[in-house]
Amino acid sequence: MSEQSVEITVNGKTVSAKPGEMVIAAAERAGDFIPRFCYHPRMSSVGMCRQCLVEIDTGRGPMLQPSCMVPVSPGMTVDTESETTKRAQEGILELLLANHPLDCPVCDKGGECPLQDQAFSHGPGESRYIEEKRHYEKPIEISSLIMLDRERCVLCDRCTRFADEVAGDPLIHFVERGNATQVMTYPDEPFSSHFSGNTAQICPVGALTAKPYRFKARPWDLEQVNSTCTSCSVGCEISVHSSRDQVLRYQGIDNDDVNWGWLCDRGRFNFESIHAEGRVTEPLIKTADGHQATSWNAAMSITTDLLKSALESTGPSSIGVIGGARGTNEDAWAWAQLCSALGIDRRDPQLGDGLPAALLGMPRATIREMASASTVVLMAPDLKEELPVLYLRLRDAVVNGSTKIIEFTSTGSGLTRHAWRSVRHGAGDISDVVTATLADPDVQSQLSDAG
Amino acid sequence: MTSFPWAPGFIEGDRPQIVTSRFQYEDSFTLERYLATGGYDGLRSALARSPQDMHEEVRSSTLLGRGGAGFPAGVKWGLTPEGVYPRYLVVNGDESEPGTYKDRLLMERDPHQLIEGCLIACYAAGLSQCFLYIRGEMALAQERVATALNDAYAAGYIGKNILGSAFSLDIVLHWGAGAYVVGEETALIESLEGNRGMPRLKPPYFPAAIGLYGQPTIVNNVETLSNLPFIASKGAAEYTAIGTESSPGTRMVAVSGHVRRPGVYEIINGTTTFRDLLYGEEFCQGIRDGNDLKAFVPGGGSAPWFLPDQLDLPFEGRLVGAAGSMLGSGAIMVMDSTTDIPSAALTLTKFYAHESCGKCVPCREGGTWLMRILDRVVEGHGTTDDLDLLLEVGESICPGDMPHAASAELQLEATPFPYKMTTICFVGPSAYVPVHSALTLFRSEFEARVAPSRSRTRIPVTAVGGDS
Repeated sequence: MSEQSVEITVNGKTVSAKPGEMVIAAAERAGDFIPRFCYHPRMSSVGMCRQCLVEIDTGRGPMLQPSCMVPVSPGMTVDTESETTKRAQEGILELLLANHPLDCPVCDKGGECPLQDQAFSHGPGESRYIEEKRHYEKPIEISSLIMLDRERCVLCDRCTRFADEVAGDPLIHFVERGNATQVMTYPDEPFSSHFSGNTAQICPVGALTAKPYRFKARPWDLEQVNSTCTSCSVGCEISVHSSRDQVLRYQGIDNDDVNWGWLCDRGRFNFESIHAEGRVTEPLIKTADGHQATSWNAAMSITTDLLKSALESTGPSSIGVIGGARGTNEDAWAWAQLCSALGIDRRDPQLGDGLPAALLGMPRATIREMASASTVVLMAPDLKEELPVLYLRLRDAVVNGSTKIIEFTSTGSGLTRHAWRSVRHGAGDISDVVTATLADPDVQSQLSDAG
Repeated sequence: MTSFPWAPGFIEGDRPQIVTSRFQYEDSFTLERYLATGGYDGLRSALARSPQDMHEEVRSSTLLGRGGAGFPAGVKWGLTPEGVYPRYLVVNGDESEPGTYKDRLLMERDPHQLIEGCLIACYAAGLSQCFLYIRGEMALAQERVATALNDAYAAGYIGKNILGSAFSLDIVLHWGAGAYVVGEETALIESLEGNRGMPRLKPPYFPAAIGLYGQPTIVNNVETLSNLPFIASKGAAEYTAIGTESSPGTRMVAVSGHVRRPGVYEIINGTTTFRDLLYGEEFCQGIRDGNDLKAFVPGGGSAPWFLPDQLDLPFEGRLVGAAGSMLGSGAIMVMDSTTDIPSAALTLTKFYAHESCGKCVPCREGGTWLMRILDRVVEGHGTTDDLDLLLEVGESICPGDMPHAASAELQLEATPFPYKMTTICFVGPSAYVPVHSALTLFRSEFEARVAPSRSRTRIPVTAVGGDS
């Protein structure tokens, strides 16, 4: 399938962009970074911060326009470096900094802060604002995990948009207006969302911080390793940040096939269990006197010896391997390879959750395929609770795409309000309920539309 | 000449009266008086012909929108996409531009005329429902319009099968909660939907395609709609016979400030000049206490200021635009020779800074910053550098040339309207306009207030400065 492309000119270069793509994204792919605060590629554009103003000419002469709001059109000319553009961007940055406290040395965001970075790259370098800055109580706890410092906030609408559009938990919003506008929760209602940690990650300043990471490290001291979250079977791509042999935080990585950069709070913050006291941190050997700690080398050689002796005495059929559902695909592949090499057939990857073989034998779909399906039949626990990021993807497919959900649930779920059909079943009667639902002509026609 | 205490400024005369024809009656807001003076004749005449025919009549009348932009109403109605229903009429009665109080009087004095206008507009433009949004602070207007709506419903002018025709319409009354920016049509739609009153992003430039509840929506001003009963009953020809070709009919102006007789007047569009209005016997009767005119704001608080040099300009959008300002909402604020110009500018800037919705940065931060610098200057703590700073901060809101009036004394040529802006809507620039006008036309008054330049205070925000 070849998509038509739109040719535009960015700073004199011809750039081919996708139809409907915003100028800011097309220019970035072409290597021309346009500064931005409110724009986020995974959320709708709002054009609030005005930082991405560039001169765009669509045939009526160059006009300053917010590049996050203007879709590409054929023959468009964009100048991200003109004097007018520069002057406008410096002006906006000065205004953004006017009320922003310059407490970068004690701010957790310092070092990875878009406002700091863009003040260097696109700012005027100095401020003429000598008035007293806005003052608010510093920081307030808006949930058990998230702290909000309203003085640092540049009111970009990212966190509030995330809560509303992506998570579907509109628990934070703007209050007051004009110069006194602030992000706030409802009175006496905390920002208790399963996804609240994402707001700290996408905050372009240090206004929202996650408690477990506050004052723990500086970004330039962090060692970063890409990995996969093991909290559930969604397998979100993460970056593990550690310093001095301590894991300090997980950040979501935008993986187009999986998590789009989002993480659930359980996945994001469960790294604290790594340092839990009762955690098994070394191999244990079961002896008559109970479990005894040993080294990895010793454990490996004991395992090898046991495997060898079993293979020699009773053959591979006497050995069974139980995998873990929380391992990554790579883990599973590795131990399956080992089994194959040793000829072991008795393997249980624990993927079935006790489901009948008929179901397990059905063709599998990727998250991407699920999110673009016309109909998704859901016989699952509450995804919002159990597989939270899958819930985000499916919610997005319904809200922003054309996917319809037929849900079978005994109690209702986080997706019930987005479901095309939410069918309740009691204990043990799910097969009858499914049969009855499938007999509904509307459901039949929806399923046959799916092809 | 008789005056009428219930309608300030209004004087009976032989001027053509389109929208104020009933202001002479103390009970002009009642259904009885309305019917006794030709009320709902326009609706009858509209219902007697096809909607297309009625739409064409309005189009040929070149009725210009009275909300500020002056866009022809007939053309606006034609911008809705074919075949998408329901489509709505939203009446912008959130009149809150400083100095403007013409719509308030129209709603207080002649609510049935507005209702009839709504009915005609919905019939002609094929709109399914009408929402009447009245500013929160206008208690009397709300009360009068509500009563009129009830009376009109009871008499069968609104509701199902109006006057026995196939045409049905409901009019929903909604009261604002007190935000200037909601006078901006997309913010008004947001507010009507129950959201924060913040303007929507443009494009789309008109809500005609995607408006209220995502449906095609026409937003018209109270005065615009109040003209429709006349056009429907008397015809476009009689309407265009008044005024000029490009600005036909009459328009309401609200005069405030240092004139002998401030008030709301219905003047002839396109021909009446500012001098006629401010000095005419039937209008404002000159400047108070025999003082000299110093400056005036020709089109609401957000319009660039005019000097006595511009008095002979007529009320004609293009001419006023070329002279560096706008007719806007039809509010004229007059400043005589006793006016302290920096304070006057501060008053206006304070208003716009206070009314910023906070959505976009230049308005939210820039408006307040301008206000604070100006406050410092007015209080006598400023320096000459602050005057330049005002213009430099303003340039972050309105880059490029700012419109301003010509001045023979200052040997200044006019810069035509409009300005460019970095904001989403006009509230941000409106905070800067009075500052710019005052500083451009009366800089000496500011200079008399401030101390000489000190070395400027600049606070480094990056260790090594920008990449200069």
